[in-house]
Amino acid sequence: MTESIVVENVTKSFTMRYHRTLKQMAVARVRGHEISNSFKALDDISFTVQQGEAIGLMGLNGSGKSTLLKLINGVMRPDEGSVLTRGRIAGLIATGAGFHPQLTGRENIYLNAAILGMSEAETRRKYDSIVDFADVGRFLDTPVAAYSSGMSSRLGFAIAIHVESHIFLADEVLAVGDRPFKRKCMARMQEIRDEGRTLFYVSHAPGSVRKMCDRVIVLEQGRVGFDGGVDEGIKFLKYDAGAEDDEPNDDDLGADI
Amino acid sequence: MTTLESARPDPEEWELASPAPKGGLAEVFRRRYLLKLVVKRQLAQQYSASVLGFIWSYIQPLIRFLVYYFAVAMVLKAHVDTPHFAIHLFCGLIMVHFFNQTIGAGTRSIWSNRRLVKKMALPREVFPVASVMVAAFHTLPQVIILAIATGIIGFAVDLTGILAGVLALTLITVFGAACALFFSAANVFFRDFQNLIGTITGFMHFMVPMIYSYDRIADSAIGGTVWEEVYLANPVATGVLLLQRCFWSGVVDDPSATLYPDHLMLRGVIMLAVSLVLLVLAQLTFRRLETKFPERL
Ligand SMILES: Nc1ncnc2c1ncn2[C@@H]1O[C@H](COP(=O)(O)OP(=O)(O)OP(=O)(O)O)[C@@H](O)[C@H]1O
Ligand SMILES: [Mg+2]
Repeated sequence: MTESIVVENVTKSFTMRYHRTLKQMAVARVRGHEISNSFKALDDISFTVQQGEAIGLMGLNGSGKSTLLKLINGVMRPDEGSVLTRGRIAGLIATGAGFHPQLTGRENIYLNAAILGMSEAETRRKYDSIVDFADVGRFLDTPVAAYSSGMSSRLGFAIAIHVESHIFLADEVLAVGDRPFKRKCMARMQEIRDEGRTLFYVSHAPGSVRKMCDRVIVLEQGRVGFDGGVDEGIKFLKYDAGAEDDEPNDDDLGADI
Repeated sequence: MTTLESARPDPEEWELASPAPKGGLAEVFRRRYLLKLVVKRQLAQQYSASVLGFIWSYIQPLIRFLVYYFAVAMVLKAHVDTPHFAIHLFCGLIMVHFFNQTIGAGTRSIWSNRRLVKKMALPREVFPVASVMVAAFHTLPQVIILAIATGIIGFAVDLTGILAGVLALTLITVFGAACALFFSAANVFFRDFQNLIGTITGFMHFMVPMIYSYDRIADSAIGGTVWEEVYLANPVATGVLLLQRCFWSGVVDDPSATLYPDHLMLRGVIMLAVSLVLLVLAQLTFRRLETKFPERL
């Protein structure tokens, strides 16, 4: 087995700033209010992922899932500890891909692909397939600012799956997609998993996690609360009761709560 | 990360490594395709939704030149002691505008690309570097026009002059890059820098020998004092003088009509060396501040 992601004692703090201008800061200081406050969004996280594993990352809102994914894809650096990865990484982090709003969909495809490490030739080769998958129709030549949030997610996802990556990160990909698109995404992600790529899938939907993943990590206020089997993980989160019976269909397709 | 081109190779061939982008100016130039796209994008954006498009990069300097010529030469008649005042003025305008564009767009570059910086792992220096390249791209046609104009008037080529011209452009490029890099990072934390730079670029036209010639400075109250050295310590002022040494001196027949500070070339070389040091320092600062970009944008 090859290690794909090694996270060791990772801590990431954020600073909450309550005041921005000098005047506000001065007033706050005089009144004895806090000016800023730092808290740990991730606190001493450690785990190892083998190549080809499919991890479901779960946890309540604000538990640090997106932050962890940002550390894994290299956008952020840990304050303490280390994150090591093997190979190319692609994926979507939090809703809305990294698009430039004033650029058209077409231009964003090229720019995004270049950032993800694709060459011009490779992008050109895959261009039609990306456009096909995103299926945003005639909006391809309008600025992305005019896209609905579902459309820009589709485009972002379409680019990400066309990168020859070893690690695929999927955070809230399905949150805004319509049902046919969700189905398409799930199928594609299953393919990605079956190709032996490492999959990191963030979802609030136990049904889709069950379908996609062979291991679940649950974050609780920035700490690893659970790391192990899928069913136990879902039980740990108490996501197993209720929701599934209410909306079995949505659940199946991985709707976010 | 040697061949990004190939299809997905065996994961075993890859090292376990930090996923954070390597960054640094070297990495930016290694990923030339990405840089090219960002530069093209900035150019396209400037001319998006404009009918005249690229012609604007000729029209704007022309209008700027005419306005200054009207105000300074025709109204104030400040040009009478300065032979070939139009060339003198144009040298200044080119350099000042090159610098202003570099530092202005450079300072805003990270902030205006925040959506990408927040979500994607890429060497972030690509944005300030692209700003420098875009500014250079607009400057080159103006230098060519200046060369043609002086050629028509009658340009006496001398080696020192050519070297001065090359030094002028190199100096402003390096100094501008250092500023762009430093202020683009600082601007993420405090948008005050954007305003500060806006103010500085607003008065730069008056802080270089452009609408007046250098002999006015030498004759003025600060001439020969330490303040003259302060004035000349501005790399843009030195850059303007160097470009004038190239083109303006090239068309003025009588060398005694053109006055330059002592050791102009040596000053230029020293300033270039200092700017290179500043560039290194700016890069180091950028690297330190960069880790906080995604959360502060
Ligand atoms: N740039 C930032 N500055 C300050 N705090 C931040 C920043 N980004 C995230 N946080 C905080 O870090 C914590 C974790 O956020 P994160 O986005 O990782 O949560 P999440 O698990 O992805 O939540 P969700 O399920 O809603 O997507 C939250 O408390 C959030 O407020
Ligand atoms: Mg999230």
